[in-house]
Amino acid sequence: MVLNMGPQHPSTHGVLRVLLELDGENVVTAVPDLGYLHTGIEKSCEDKTYSQVITLTDRMDYLNPLGNNLVYCLAVEKLLGLEIPKRAQYIRVMMVELQRISSHLVWLGTHALDMGAMSVMLYCFREREGILKIFERFAGQRMMTSYIRIGGLALEPPAGWRELVKRFLDMMPARVDEYEELLTNNRIWHGRLKGVGYLPAETLIAMSTTGPGLRAAGVAFDNRKAFPYSSYEEFEFNVPTRTESDCFARYLVRVQEVRESLKIVRQAMDKITDQGEIRSEAPGVVPPQREKMKTEMEALIYHFKIFTEGFSPPPGEAYVAVESPRGELGCFIASDGSPKPLRVHFRSPSFVNLQALPQMVKGQLIADTVASIGTIDIVLGEVDR
Amino acid sequence: MPQLANANAGVVIDRLRAWKTESVAQVIEYRGETTIVVPHKLLLATAEHCKQDPELNFNQLSDATCVDRFPNEPRFELNYQLLSIPRLARIRLRTTVSGQQPVIDSLEPLWPGANWMEREIFDLFGIRFEGHSDLRRILLPDEFEGAPLRRDFPVEGKR
Repeated sequence: MVLNMGPQHPSTHGVLRVLLELDGENVVTAVPDLGYLHTGIEKSCEDKTYSQVITLTDRMDYLNPLGNNLVYCLAVEKLLGLEIPKRAQYIRVMMVELQRISSHLVWLGTHALDMGAMSVMLYCFREREGILKIFERFAGQRMMTSYIRIGGLALEPPAGWRELVKRFLDMMPARVDEYEELLTNNRIWHGRLKGVGYLPAETLIAMSTTGPGLRAAGVAFDNRKAFPYSSYEEFEFNVPTRTESDCFARYLVRVQEVRESLKIVRQAMDKITDQGEIRSEAPGVVPPQREKMKTEMEALIYHFKIFTEGFSPPPGEAYVAVESPRGELGCFIASDGSPKPLRVHFRSPSFVNLQALPQMVKGQLIADTVASIGTIDIVLGEVDR
Repeated sequence: MPQLANANAGVVIDRLRAWKTESVAQVIEYRGETTIVVPHKLLLATAEHCKQDPELNFNQLSDATCVDRFPNEPRFELNYQLLSIPRLARIRLRTTVSGQQPVIDSLEPLWPGANWMEREIFDLFGIRFEGHSDLRRILLPDEFEGAPLRRDFPVEGKR
C-alpha cells in the first residue's frame, strides 16, 4: 500500500510530503517530495542589492534567522575583504548561540510532542520566549531580526542587556536539568527513540550529512572548531558526540549542545566591552553614522549611494560555511562586479540532511518514521527556500 | 587559518598534477579560497581521485551549485565544494558546461549525497547529469516549464 504522509501532517514539521510504500506497518520505501514552500529566494537575490538580501535570509531557516544573516554577511565580507571589529564579532557569537539554544528548544519541544509528551513542549516554548524577548530588545524584532549586517551589526546593544542575558543564563541550566529529568530516563522515551533511525557514520558522511546527526554517529565535526569564523577560536567549548547514531543519541547530543552554547554565551558576555565599535569603517559599504551625515558631505553622499545604488564587490566567488543548529550552513556568492549579486546559493543543512531519510526509515514502523523525521530536525523554509 | 588552506591546496594541486597533468586546467586563488578548474570531460575522474587518494581523502561533498554566466559561452560554471573531515580541508572544483549541450557526468556514484544537489541544479538550471539514478525535478512542480535560475529567465517570472 502507498500512503501519503503530509504535506499537511503535523509531524512533518511543515509541508513535507513523504510517499510511504508499506508492507503492513513496515516501511518498504520512503520517497520525500519537496517544494511546497519553494519561494525562489535564490532567484530573488539576483534582483536585490547586497544589503537587501539580508531580509530574505531571515526567512529561510526561520528558527535560525541570525545564523542565516551571519553566513550571508560573512560571505559578502569575504568578497569585500572586510575586517569586522572584535566587539561586533563577540556580539554576533552571543546572538547566534542564543539562537542555537532557541532552535534546539523548539526541536526538543516539537519532537517530544510528536512522541506524545505534551508538557515538554510547553516548558521549551516558555524558555524560548525568554530568548525571543532578548532578541526583541536587541533588534526590535522577535524572529526576523536582520540584526547582523554587512560590516557589523544593525544596532548598539540596548541599555541593560547584560542583566537581561544574565538572568536567562542563570535560569537556563536548571531548566535543562528539568527536561532531562522528564525525558532522559523516561522508559517511554527510550522505547520510542533507542535503536530507531540508525545509520552508520560512513553512510552519513557519504550522504553529506552534517550537524548533530553526524556527531551522534561519533564524528566530531563542527565548523566552529574545524574552520573557526567570527572569533570562535577564542572560545572554550566541547563538541558533544555519541556513538549509537540513533534517535536517542541525537537527542542527547542536542541537549548537550544547549549546555555548551550556554558556556559560549557566558564567555561572550565577558568579552563584549561596554565601549567600542559595532561596525567596521568602510565608506561606501557600511552606512555612515547619523551624526556624521549632519556635518560631513561625504558621509551624506555615501549614505545616499548605499541605499540607492548599493555597492559592488570585486568580481569573484566566496563560499563560507557556519555551523547552524542543523549542520553546515553554507553560502556561495558569485559577484560579477555589479551592485547586485550574480548568484547567491545557500547550502542548507535541512535539505541535505533530509536525503538520508529513505535509508533511515527502511524496514521500520510508520511511528518510527515520525521519530526519524523529527531527529533529522528539518525546517521546511530552508529545505525549499 | 589561511596558511593552512593554502598548504592544503598546494598538496591537492601537486597530487592531481602528479596523477594527470591535464586534470588541473587552471588554479584560481581568491580571498584564501582555492578553486581548481577541471576540464569538462575529466570531472568525474578527477573527483574520484580527490576522494580515493589517501593523502587527499575528500570524503564528503559539501555542496554543488551552478553559476550562469549568460551570455558568455560556455555559460554554466559548476562548483563543487569538497570537504575532507579527517584532514579538515576544503577545496573547490569547477568545471564549465556549454549552453547548447548542458550535460555533465554525475558525481552521485562517488558521493550519494550529490543526488539531491544535482537534482536541484537540474531543476533550476536545466543541466542534465549522466549516470544520475533519479533525475527528476525536486523543488518545482513537474509541469513547470523552463529553468528559473538561468539569467535569461525574468526575475518576476514569465507571463
